[in-house]
Amino acid sequence: MTDLATLMAERDWILADGATGTNLFAMGLEAGEAPELWNVDEPEKVLTLYRSAVEAGADLFLTNSFGGTSARLKLHNAQSRVRELNIAAAKLGRQVADAADHPVVVAGSMGPTGDLMEPVGTLSHADAVEIFAEQAEALMEGGVDVLWLETISAPEELAAAAEAIARTGAPWCCTMSFDTAGRTMMGVTSTAMVELVNNLPNKPLAFGANCGVGASDLLRTVQGFVDGNASLPLIAKGNAGIPKFKDGHVHYDGTPELMGDYAVLARDSGAKIVGGCCGTMPEHLRVMRDRLTTTSPGPRPPLEEITSRLGAFSSDTDGTGQALSPARRPRRRRA
Amino acid sequence: MSDEEDDIILSELDDDELVQQMFDDLYDGMKEEIEEAVHILLDRGWMPYDILTKALVEGMRIVGIDFRDGILFVPEVLLAANAMKGGMGILKPLLAETGAPRLGKMVIGTVKGDIHDIGKNLVSMMMEGAGFEVVDLGINNPVENYIDALEKEDADILGMSALLTTTMPYMKVVIDTLVEKGMREDYIVLVGGAPLNEEFGKAIGANAYCRDAAVAVETAKDFMARKHNQMASA
Repeated sequence: MTDLATLMAERDWILADGATGTNLFAMGLEAGEAPELWNVDEPEKVLTLYRSAVEAGADLFLTNSFGGTSARLKLHNAQSRVRELNIAAAKLGRQVADAADHPVVVAGSMGPTGDLMEPVGTLSHADAVEIFAEQAEALMEGGVDVLWLETISAPEELAAAAEAIARTGAPWCCTMSFDTAGRTMMGVTSTAMVELVNNLPNKPLAFGANCGVGASDLLRTVQGFVDGNASLPLIAKGNAGIPKFKDGHVHYDGTPELMGDYAVLARDSGAKIVGGCCGTMPEHLRVMRDRLTTTSPGPRPPLEEITSRLGAFSSDTDGTGQALSPARRPRRRRA
Repeated sequence: MSDEEDDIILSELDDDELVQQMFDDLYDGMKEEIEEAVHILLDRGWMPYDILTKALVEGMRIVGIDFRDGILFVPEVLLAANAMKGGMGILKPLLAETGAPRLGKMVIGTVKGDIHDIGKNLVSMMMEGAGFEVVDLGINNPVENYIDALEKEDADILGMSALLTTTMPYMKVVIDTLVEKGMREDYIVLVGGAPLNEEFGKAIGANAYCRDAAVAVETAKDFMARKHNQMASA
């Protein structure tokens, strides 16, 4: 077992893994199939995925359990297999980490339920807590070192998952996905996330951003966490550029060199745990590791440097500094 | 928020004030107030189609603009769409009875191989909120589902969603099939999803790529207006 808190105390940066989906598709996962079923049906391929990240130098990898809640597995009529599939994901991870030549953290991935929560949607807080708790308990039972909540958009869902994780007493990390003009789909800004995390009764070891738009946007979000006076270590897990359609196929336009630049800029922007998300392959991770190892931490890069090296932002501003819920007119009430 | 001085009695407002108040109430997602206001306007002899277009659709247009501009976000928009649906529920049977022109009908679904549905659901809700009829095919749709539904529903618009780079290309399969069957010109094809962009929309032969649900609604309205103009001049 590798303790993430200890590792963070010892190191200036920690390299997390890259994409799960992109890599599994490259190994033959059919679109529409639940990747989590492979934990049981194709364990060798899942082991290969984990090993490819570790061999590329990752200090931490996420388990193949992103869609492992009953809410997601029901789309594949596998909602009764939550425990089995998450334990399998964790055990395979344990196997790879324990055999690695360097300390490796197995992080149990937990993704969103995919349902909208009350009051705008139908999923209640209590039900969401149960859904996340079932997965969290299975991942811990399978032997993960830390739980890793990712790609969250709604504050309500973050709160429900945090409560579920608190029941297990496990250390955890969380990242939200800032894909809508600098905010999450549900309108959360980087600084608002700092506050959300600060108000949780059970604090994560680290928090941050994953996925979203491109690598540039993600780093602007990380700088937003710093400006929002984040007191916990920060996580940056950005996509390898932006998907492009060419000759009938889609590929991410971020080269390994670009992701190497991204990794250094992420560290210098204030991220402690740096990794990739969609489109990030082992060849990207190798360059990221190399660049992090061979460069010394530098001053925080200005936004112009980020865009000149990684590409333009998808929106002019990141939404911080604007009113959260604007009132067009004073709200009136009726008798 | 002070209590008494702000109290408003909807039935005491004149028509213009009431419609303005409905814009506010839609913006604030107040379903009961919208339903009450629709009843008041009906009692005052308004045509259902006028209530739909001048009050509800116009109010949702304002919501859509602020969503597009990053002033409102998904939660507020969903509450607004829900309020709109409350009003729409009252108007729907009356619209059919009075033979009012329909704004448009959309068939929407996530493409084969893709099981993501939040983005598509948002578009469905906002399209309904804007007064369109929506037939939602759900997730993981092969080309036959789209073709069958378009024909059966006599739809105007096809909406396709994908959240995976591996499933985006399937949109082209659907469009190519429409072309083969000689049906492509009968429908407005809109595509969306996080990994898509305008360039992709053009490359596969869609009418438009829509960045978000608000853009989808505006784009659908634009194309429907053009379609009506073409029909009028034909």
